[in-house]
Amino acid sequence: MINKESTAGRAVRITFLTGWLIVTVFPLYWITITSLKSPGTIFSPSIAYWPEHFSLANYTGLFSKAQFGVYLTNSLVIATVAGAVATVISLLSAYVLARFEFRSKTALLMAALVTQMIPSFIALGPLYMLMTELQLVDNRLGLTLVYIAVCIPFCTVMLRGFFENVPDALEEAAMIDGCSRLGALFRVLLPVMQPGIIAAFIFNFVNCWNELFLSVTLMNSDANKTVPTALNGFISSFNIDWGSMSAAAVLTIAPTMVLFAFASRYIVQGLTSGAVKG
Amino acid sequence: MNPSTTDAKARQAAPPPTDNPGPAAARPAAPRPRRPVFTGRRGLSIAAFMAPAALFVAIFVYYPMIAGGQMAFRNWNLNDLTDTSWVGLKNFKGILDDPVFYTVLGNTAVWVVGSIVPQFVIGFAIALWLRRRFRFRGLYQALIFFPWAISGFLIGILFRWMFNSEFGVVNDLLEKAHLIDTPIPWLADPKTAMTAVVIANIWYGVTFFTIMILAALQSIPDEIYEAAALDGAGKVRTLFQITIPSIRGTLALTVLLRVIWIFNFPDIIFGMTGGGPSNETHIVTTWMISITQQGDYGKASAVGLIVVAMLMVFSVFYLTATRERNGKTS
Repeated sequence: MINKESTAGRAVRITFLTGWLIVTVFPLYWITITSLKSPGTIFSPSIAYWPEHFSLANYTGLFSKAQFGVYLTNSLVIATVAGAVATVISLLSAYVLARFEFRSKTALLMAALVTQMIPSFIALGPLYMLMTELQLVDNRLGLTLVYIAVCIPFCTVMLRGFFENVPDALEEAAMIDGCSRLGALFRVLLPVMQPGIIAAFIFNFVNCWNELFLSVTLMNSDANKTVPTALNGFISSFNIDWGSMSAAAVLTIAPTMVLFAFASRYIVQGLTSGAVKG
Repeated sequence: MNPSTTDAKARQAAPPPTDNPGPAAARPAAPRPRRPVFTGRRGLSIAAFMAPAALFVAIFVYYPMIAGGQMAFRNWNLNDLTDTSWVGLKNFKGILDDPVFYTVLGNTAVWVVGSIVPQFVIGFAIALWLRRRFRFRGLYQALIFFPWAISGFLIGILFRWMFNSEFGVVNDLLEKAHLIDTPIPWLADPKTAMTAVVIANIWYGVTFFTIMILAALQSIPDEIYEAAALDGAGKVRTLFQITIPSIRGTLALTVLLRVIWIFNFPDIIFGMTGGGPSNETHIVTTWMISITQQGDYGKASAVGLIVVAMLMVFSVFYLTATRERNGKTS
């Protein structure tokens, strides 16, 4: 597709791409290596790039000294429920926005996009007061509800793109064969869109899993903290224990990396379809 | 940005649906005929499908946002809630009189420009090189996508550790390469702290440009390149006269989205320096967080409204400028 590449051009390309790959992977390598050093050797003047002795002490310490298991469970439950509910709700709104023409459609899409532009911190104070009145402060259900709402706008836009990639003819054929509109949605459209739906869920899950500021604002008791809130507690203390910190970071990053690896193709599709066609 | 115009454009420009599976073409384009079956209950079913999303977003996103917006015009300090009266523009005046605000504005400009230019250049280069097929291309793309799975806050923590002055790997590598003799106190020195946070942000953001630009590049038909090669156009000329003009729309939109996003992106800085040392890495949004933490919601909201106003003015100017240029070339 592109004219032949010179040897020099090829060398430049390979060098650059390899270089960037190393730059990308290195911080992840580094935090993992740090977490596997025995606590004493992290703060040594000669830095080891490959430790002589590997140790899991930083990890075991997390679960014995801090309640890291509790934080992980909280994050897992909240992100799973919020991600799933937001995906289902967004499927409904995305379907309507993709398949119907109606007057307030542009306004609705704008309303979804505007939420991405306004700094969310403006809402933190009033949200805290609202949640206080609903008695949902420091409450896992409360944070889940907020996360659902925060995920919906972008998830709707993303799923709308996937719906538009499925030709109308598919549903029309099903409806001619006697399917109702809902039947056509559930039996014909959703199965075709499965990869897109999974990608949308993973995207929501990862966003909720990583979310910091809302969780810091709304959760204060140790039993209700999510992982990012706990990490924030680690760096707020005067002396950072980098051993525990790196182990906690690895445990936080690992699940989302695995999920992204599965879904990266579809997430890329969801992100790019909007901008490229515009 | 306006979805209605992009829709209309896509509808006009797109050919009738074909079997072409390209990323940009895989979209049913022709306006659909009305379906008479639904005319009676159409409005009702649209409302029913939209209701859950609308309710959630209205209660937990829009209500707090609007309530937060009006706080900017009130005296609203958590330390003293006895007087929450309307004070007009007093909060805004307070910000304009605060010298920190101007430091923060300058920092924000450095943060946005310093991050976006390298992100764009590196991201573009990688996208160009990834256009050619090679054996592990899929794996490569998946690997460079990884930073995206990590929260900005954690990236801040990762780089905070790497830039540690005593035990940090960055200083160690620079010393081993004989580029420095004594360790640099990256995050403690006001002169180097901004460089360090910008480096972390560049690391994070290149992938987004690569993804967007690569998708756009793949929508350029091969025939154009073949024709250019037949006409004897060199690589540089092909890049500037064919590749860039063909994807100008995507480039402009991607840059705009990133500027808005980086402007509003306090996470890396929050995790890495918390705005310090002596406010030197505070951008408007991290500054807003620290004001919120002090309890002055009125002032914080006013900062938020100033951000929104600045972004809107920027978007309008930017869209006008890029549209004019697009018009000239086509």
